[in-house]
Amino acid sequence: MHSKLPEVIYTPDSQLRHPLQLLKHMWRDLIASRELAWRLFVRNISAMYRQTMLGYVWAFLPPLFTTFTFVFLNSQNIFSVGKTDIPYPAYVMIGTLLWQVFVDAMNSPLRVVNQSKSFLAKINFPREALILAGIGEVLFNFSIRLVLLVAVFIFYNVSLPVAAFLAPLGILSLMALGLMIGVLLVPLGVLYQDIEKGLPLITGMWMLLTPVVYPPPSSWPASLLSSINPVSPLLVTTREMLTGGSFSQMNGFMIVVTGTLILLFVGWVLYRLALPHLIERISA
Amino acid sequence: MNDDVLVTADNVSKKFCRDLKNSLWYGVSDIVGEMACRNGNRLELRTNEFWAVKDVSFELRRGECLGLIGPNGAGKSTLLRLLNGLIKPDIGTISVRGRVGALIALGAGFNPILTGRENIYVNGSVLGLSKHEIDRKLDEIIAFAEISDFIDAPVQTYSSGMQVRLGFAIAVQMEPDVLLIDEVLAVGDAGFRGKCYNAIYDLNKNCAVIFVSHTMQHVSRLCTFLMVLDRGKESFYGTNIPRGIEKYMELFDREQGLVIEPGASKITNIALSAPRTGDHYEIHYGDALSIQFDAHIEQTHPSIEISIGIANQSLELVAQCNSGPVTNIPWKGKAKRIDLSIEKLHITPGKYYLSIIMRDCNTNTMLSWHHLTTKLTVRGHFYSPAPIAYEGAWNIISVEQ
Repeated sequence: MHSKLPEVIYTPDSQLRHPLQLLKHMWRDLIASRELAWRLFVRNISAMYRQTMLGYVWAFLPPLFTTFTFVFLNSQNIFSVGKTDIPYPAYVMIGTLLWQVFVDAMNSPLRVVNQSKSFLAKINFPREALILAGIGEVLFNFSIRLVLLVAVFIFYNVSLPVAAFLAPLGILSLMALGLMIGVLLVPLGVLYQDIEKGLPLITGMWMLLTPVVYPPPSSWPASLLSSINPVSPLLVTTREMLTGGSFSQMNGFMIVVTGTLILLFVGWVLYRLALPHLIERISA
Repeated sequence: MNDDVLVTADNVSKKFCRDLKNSLWYGVSDIVGEMACRNGNRLELRTNEFWAVKDVSFELRRGECLGLIGPNGAGKSTLLRLLNGLIKPDIGTISVRGRVGALIALGAGFNPILTGRENIYVNGSVLGLSKHEIDRKLDEIIAFAEISDFIDAPVQTYSSGMQVRLGFAIAVQMEPDVLLIDEVLAVGDAGFRGKCYNAIYDLNKNCAVIFVSHTMQHVSRLCTFLMVLDRGKESFYGTNIPRGIEKYMELFDREQGLVIEPGASKITNIALSAPRTGDHYEIHYGDALSIQFDAHIEQTHPSIEISIGIANQSLELVAQCNSGPVTNIPWKGKAKRIDLSIEKLHITPGKYYLSIIMRDCNTNTMLSWHHLTTKLTVRGHFYSPAPIAYEGAWNIISVEQ
């Protein structure tokens, strides 16, 4: 009976030397982490707003404020974006919500790992659970904000095009891109706080350099914003799925999605391999 | 035969780094090396690195308990973390079979805002219990922690003792094959500690336990094997627990002692009636001991009290001999030779320190205090968690039914 016990062997060798075994373990841990991920997710969201008076309103406030700001600036012609397919407030609202998904997903891995440092360093559990719980939180926050989007669509009487059923795919791709960048940043971000300090700076600027609150520019060199920036094709295409109109950046979309999926896998492997080293450094 | 070996450590070594900047950078380069499939640079120490654990090997079977003792920073917790798979060895191999439980970070993942009940589910999941298992054991957990009145209150309102109780109650519900324990038993009140012990005893019947502790009482009660670590190296490994504990105690033989003589009065020429090796006297358990010293008293003191105390390695007083007020002697003037005889010394084998104090009984001022200045080793063939071991007369006869 005892010989059937699963055996784990720890050696100094790189796990990449046994790629098949590594894949098997990744799959096993992913499966094993689902329940814990769910628990952590429930814990996080039930604790998130418990000590607040406004509660879930906090989920609405950031996109609402951003939208108001740009609608105001636009209406005063301080910041002019020209003509959009749908009323500008709805346009900005969609853009901000989609951008927020990307940013949330990007911040999530480093945030959850840093929050869980103390018990990462002491307890062995499937590490994938942390990331999964983080994704859950991002999705949860997004679905709360979806209420805003629906309200805006109804208010401005914008009708959903047929292509809107593709929108979840677009949203997932934005999440995947954010997650991929976030996961790749974990090793460096846990060791050096520069990453965590720098991220808000960069995302603030990045948002303005992405066609979030304005349509993608078509004239060179401003068009570089959409051709170099990987968020742009995803965001623009997803918005087009929701508002109708032709898919102007479909090629870019496909390239970015493919690249994201590959790098996401690389990030996962990196995350697994890096964690023992990170734990060694953060709690020595 | 080999089937029952649950934990094997084979020449395990681990380096750590003293300097933060270096350490972080080594972290980056180790990760890059790992991604590049390289294993290089593992054998040599880089700048500011040292061996936190060096060449440790052992095997542990079901039902056995390995005690890890050693001074702070000896590598005990590092070894536990290696065994738990949290960090990778730099050299050597560790293999662990079956479910690993850890009584280490009790209450890990507790969210202070959530209630005790909610946290049981979170913490249980972190430890690898399924929802089904937790459902089944929920009442048992709450009963064990003895906090049923507060179970629906947020954990941040708990006292630290209550949090630990709850954490232990959850952790102890695991049915592990290998159980790692890191000094968690130092917390909680006496009643709860006893309960924890019994729980660990029960678990140990069906699993291999690795137990880090600073309390020799616990070590001698639980462990079947003992490993003494000193600066990462095994300085003792075996089943002779008393010998191991002695070895551990020897590591602290650096106590200097302290002499406080506020006035001109002095104690000199302290000597024991026992052979002396190095800086400590050696005596056999149950032998007679006499302690001699000279007292020089410079002022008139009508009544002086002398007391001699014996403290163990943890510097806890285990025995004392008190003269009571001594009034019939003209203390001032010539030095007095003082001799104290103890017919049979019944303190448990181990290392001890002697302290001598002279006080003026009327004013309660201290004249001379030689605190822990004399070292005494009591030899014997047993170890007892109790400081005093009587040599009683045993009489055993059959009783007719």
